[in-house]
Amino acid sequence: MTEEIIIAGFGGQGVLSMGKILAYSGVMEDKEVSWMPSYGPEQRGGTSNVTVIISDERICSPIISKYDTAIVLNQQSLDKFENTVKPGGLLIYDPNGITREPTRKDVNIYKIAATEKAQEMGISKVFNMVVLGGFLKLKPIVGSEFIHKGLEKSLPARHHNLIPQNEEAIEIGKGLIEAVHTL
Amino acid sequence: MAKELKLMKGNEAIARAMIASGTDGYFGYPITPQSEVMETLMAEKPWETTGMVVLQAESELASINMVYGGAATGKKVATSSSSPGISLMQEGLTYLAGAEIPCVIMNAMRGGPGLGTIQPAQSDYFQSVKGGGHGDYQLYTIAPSSVQEMYDFVFDAWDIAFKYRNPVLILTDGAIGQCMEKCYTRDFIPRWTEEERRQHAPWGTWGKPANRSHNIITSLELESSRQEVFNQKLQAKYREMEEKEVRFEALNCEDADYIFVAYGTSARICMKSMELARAKGLKVGLLRLITLYPFPKKQIAELAKKVKGMLCVEMSAGQMIEDVKLAANCSIPIEHYGRFGGIIPSPEEVLEAMEKEIVK
Repeated sequence: MTEEIIIAGFGGQGVLSMGKILAYSGVMEDKEVSWMPSYGPEQRGGTSNVTVIISDERICSPIISKYDTAIVLNQQSLDKFENTVKPGGLLIYDPNGITREPTRKDVNIYKIAATEKAQEMGISKVFNMVVLGGFLKLKPIVGSEFIHKGLEKSLPARHHNLIPQNEEAIEIGKGLIEAVHTL
Repeated sequence: MAKELKLMKGNEAIARAMIASGTDGYFGYPITPQSEVMETLMAEKPWETTGMVVLQAESELASINMVYGGAATGKKVATSSSSPGISLMQEGLTYLAGAEIPCVIMNAMRGGPGLGTIQPAQSDYFQSVKGGGHGDYQLYTIAPSSVQEMYDFVFDAWDIAFKYRNPVLILTDGAIGQCMEKCYTRDFIPRWTEEERRQHAPWGTWGKPANRSHNIITSLELESSRQEVFNQKLQAKYREMEEKEVRFEALNCEDADYIFVAYGTSARICMKSMELARAKGLKVGLLRLITLYPFPKKQIAELAKKVKGMLCVEMSAGQMIEDVKLAANCSIPIEHYGRFGGIIPSPEEVLEAMEKEIVK
């Protein structure tokens, strides 16, 4: 199993930490992982993305241009990464602020209204965990017990009291994701 | 601290390995994409645990000369920077090599020339292995291609540096520096005691007891005949390194018709290109260079007898290819493929270059 994922959105949406939690969960499940952020001026311009690879084998390049899954959280990211999903792959987006819907017919497309949900819950910070839940519902590449350990590892100890809240958000995300176009 | 499995950035791995390998001092000046080295050191506060000194110097010139001063006493002293900062350090590096002072320098290469970009590049190959500073000298140059190697090579670097009394350059880039991967940390090696330091560095400027003769660490020699003898000694040391310390990884080379030659980030990309090529039925292998100096000349010469062509992949305009062609004596088609200025090639375009330029 090798899953190559790009997560992209605005800075502050928790894109990098979502990737980190996923990567750490992979480590806990004894898988090979890599987490490669965009750190250049584009990051300073407000958009942010991270490539996460989780695999049973040694990972070739941490930098790739085609992905099994793209999780895009704003219009710019959708525009940039829609065409980088491998045929038969998975595209997940949050419809919030989207004016041009994805058009690919050779990939599975799902949407998750995570921004709206997190606002409704009154904790916008768990937005990224709602999205992660949606992804894990479709591709349970790491078990939930390892997600728990991943949260423990990637969050500083002073934030461990927030783990139940994050896990709840993941569960909500699992129920929230809906198909737009499937193969 | 004991062995542990952690997810960490390459730059963080360098810093943690410095602490764990018993490094005595780090002198640096921040520059993207390697600022996390000093950030991690400052956060870890090793001066409270191992006693390691961490100091932000006022410039790269100051840091490399602090390395000279500290390391001349036989202490394990290191610095890190990125391309423009390493350019500033070149005078210090040739002095360190000329005075035979062991030390460790890390260069996280970024796109040049000049201040260039902050994104990854491999365009400092010439500077690293062909001098950079003046005079006939060599830096033992080792190129990690994973976070684990960033960590492990710091330990290896100290071994080599003291074995040969020579500066060691860890040549990497922002991609490996910023990427997080799994890393197994090691048991801490305690810093050398005063006694141990004198054993490991009998040449060091650690004082002049009555039974010790006058000892000066310098690269200055006004008498040409003595300088020539010294240079011959340096060259003999370099030949010994070439004989004994070459490191590389050959992947799928046994049955390969074509091979990629690459190091660091490019080698990781080539691993993926190789996988894509094999899926298409093309017998492609990868020679991943680990030491850039000493250069794996013999291995390339051997491979050149077996394969039909080589593609050198480097994030530069084509620097390493010169040494590959020399080693292979231009006996087979050897081409370069690279992107530069901070652009990282995709595995697909690297494979396309292999098919277009070499396989045909």
